[in-house]
Amino acid sequence: MDYVIQQALNALSFGAEYALIALGLAIVFSIMGLVNFAHGEVIAFGGYSMVMISTVLTGNPWFLMIGVLVATVLASLTLERVAFRTIRGADLTTGLLTAFGVSIILQNLFLLLGSPRPIPATQFIFLDQTLTIGAIRISSLQIYEAITTVVAIGLLLTFLRKTTLGMAMRAAALDFEMVRLCGVRANRVIAGAFAISGLLAGLAAIFIMARRGSVDPHMGFNPVLTAFVACVIGGFGSLPGAVLGGFLLGITEVAVLVLLPQEYGGLAQAVVFTLVALVLIWRPDGILSPAQEKGDKV
Amino acid sequence: MLQIKSLKVFHGPIEAVHGIDISVREGQCVTLLGPNGAGKTSTLSAITGTVRATGSIRLQDEDIGRLPIEERCKRGIAISPEGRRVFATLSVRDNLIMGGATRRDKASLTDEIEEWFSQFPVLGERREQPAGTLSGGEQQMLAIVRALLSKPRILLLDEPSLGLAPQITARIFRIIKELKAAGTTILLVEQNAGAALEVSDYVYVLNNGLVSRHGDVAEFGDGAVLINELTGVQQ
Repeated sequence: MDYVIQQALNALSFGAEYALIALGLAIVFSIMGLVNFAHGEVIAFGGYSMVMISTVLTGNPWFLMIGVLVATVLASLTLERVAFRTIRGADLTTGLLTAFGVSIILQNLFLLLGSPRPIPATQFIFLDQTLTIGAIRISSLQIYEAITTVVAIGLLLTFLRKTTLGMAMRAAALDFEMVRLCGVRANRVIAGAFAISGLLAGLAAIFIMARRGSVDPHMGFNPVLTAFVACVIGGFGSLPGAVLGGFLLGITEVAVLVLLPQEYGGLAQAVVFTLVALVLIWRPDGILSPAQEKGDKV
Repeated sequence: MLQIKSLKVFHGPIEAVHGIDISVREGQCVTLLGPNGAGKTSTLSAITGTVRATGSIRLQDEDIGRLPIEERCKRGIAISPEGRRVFATLSVRDNLIMGGATRRDKASLTDEIEEWFSQFPVLGERREQPAGTLSGGEQQMLAIVRALLSKPRILLLDEPSLGLAPQITARIFRIIKELKAAGTTILLVEQNAGAALEVSDYVYVLNNGLVSRHGDVAEFGDGAVLINELTGVQQ
């Protein structure tokens, strides 16, 4: 029983992390049709900013967390301004290639200006403690991660429903030109999406740093690839889809690891991706792909 | 109010409108009539800024022809576009809030939305429903009210009767008549010549991207001749 609860928590925290990152990808994609693979480098930048702030200013973890969040939001906004604004309205492939280009440039900047080897930054490790409740031993980090994800999703939903900018972002996902015809500045909506995406990347960076205690140039790339798969499963461009896909992927990964006999452990990824393929055969656009509203003419 | 001179509109490399002059005076309802592909919607798109166009577009003596879409809306251009384009998954109320997105007086915007709800109870009753669940006629009303909530100087209406049952079309044209009576300046694009002539002051007939005829509505009689001209059908 304890084992089941422990693994369930494991699944939940994996899922939460994927969901956070997937949401960051989905919110940008839903509005401007850009698959932002440079999202991983924003996460890595969060890690590096932590190293910088702790060397120059203070090692206080709470201050560092705020610093990481500010840094990732600014990084995300800068990428939009410098790289993605110029290709706005270009087709999907152009966006994808640009995002890969930005991602490669940033990884190499981290290599040149930082170090190819992991740089230790252990200020967040204290989040990861083993709690013993009765017979169950769980990691506090997993609980924080799950709670933060739920709270972040809740706040995001409130923002999207209650504020004019949030409504404009939802409307822009349906018909961006019509939003502009209502007088809402395109730059504001897109910058808003990138800011939120950066904030989510910052949260992910904090949790990744708490688990690893070090930063390296490629630390964001794999999580973003996984989050990309989560988006595809859930339905690209759908925010609930990103969250659902993230949690499903987390749960499947853990379930496969637990259920597969020890000697087949190496096949875990293969099994997970076979399941993903089956989902996509069943629903090629993802489980919650947004309905294509065509209106009654045009 | 609105002065358009030698307007050319391009869709990619194709020139859809070949240099037309149109003017709308304050409080007037001006209609662009013409068959499919005549360039009516292209002309409206040039005014709102969603297509590439050359020539001059002046709104109250300011050239708005080079401004981005959202700035034109702030200068007083609002459109109920072809196909209505309501935000299907947003509630009826949120659609209207989007219509007033540029306004700073949020309190009076809320009041105005309530007023419209009492004027069009079908919208009021469905205020929390996704706009995509409304019928075609209701969506058209929503699109018109959404445009009006930005307090435009000129309202552009692109084929408001399209795909609607005759009774609903009559309803929409009654609304247009009321708007005009309240002093709204309107530029209307229509294929339904008969109904359009009833509400218009001045008419431009477009054919193959050129103005083939224009004049006061009185010159067009009841529109029968015009309909023959436009459709080639003898009635």
